[in-house]
Amino acid sequence: MTFSLLRARSTLVWLVLVVVTLVSWALGADHGVGSTVAVVVLGLAVVKVRFVGLDFMELRTAPLMLRALFEAYCFTLWMVLAGMYLWL
Amino acid sequence: MIQASVRPVDGDRSRATGPIPYVPGEPGVWVFLFGDMVVFGVFFATFMYQRAQAPELFDASRHTLSIGIGLTNTLVLLTSSLFVVTAVRAIRLSQRGAAQLMLAGALVCALIFVGLKAVEYTTKVAAGHVPTQNNFYLYFFILTGLHLFHVLIGVGVLVLLLTQARRSTLSATRMAVVEGGACFWHLVDLLWIMLFALLYLVS
Repeated sequence: MTFSLLRARSTLVWLVLVVVTLVSWALGADHGVGSTVAVVVLGLAVVKVRFVGLDFMELRTAPLMLRALFEAYCFTLWMVLAGMYLWL
Repeated sequence: MIQASVRPVDGDRSRATGPIPYVPGEPGVWVFLFGDMVVFGVFFATFMYQRAQAPELFDASRHTLSIGIGLTNTLVLLTSSLFVVTAVRAIRLSQRGAAQLMLAGALVCALIFVGLKAVEYTTKVAAGHVPTQNNFYLYFFILTGLHLFHVLIGVGVLVLLLTQARRSTLSATRMAVVEGGACFWHLVDLLWIMLFALLYLVS
């Protein structure tokens, strides 16, 4: 019964999140200062945040306003942090 | 038997009309959650600003962190989130035993996170990496400390969810509390995802 509960989209999302985490670690562990790899790592982190929001916090089926606010947060977070990394 | 909430479970939605928009938890909870996300967003930007002042120092300092602990803690929190989202689904399906098992698993994950954080703090301080060492470690301790505070509140929330999962009946109000509490725990996971990237991989 418990295992049948795990046969859901959220389990697949968890698997994707684990794989993306390992890819981020492999990419980001030893890059140098100013490397564009950091921007990719930040992007992957924001993609993970988006999955957590949409699938774990159930915003995928939330009213458009709530989901749009969250999507805007994710987009702004990536733009601001990547921009600060590249241009400051 | 737990009263079913109005929230549909996976695969239970009408294909003809699509899913009905639904706010998990009380709407007020989202004001708090978004507020917390914005506050941490400002902290993340402040960290990036400080990093830009001394990129070599930040890069050298991040290499002294225990990346194995950071990575393990990320995987542990992701797993705890899977446990919590599955527990909420189990509660909606009136599967109390499964819900309690999942929430107990999430609690174990939370305690593993706290334990690993304690080990990390102890080894860093013993090696002389204290908040006064440089700006990187100042922000490392402030940001991870604030997050750890959220984790400890989250442990209390998970215990609350566990007590709700044991109840034979669950009103719509209690169900909203369960959903709100679950979303708080996912927020803890979400914030750590960014902290892991910023502190351990990017800086």
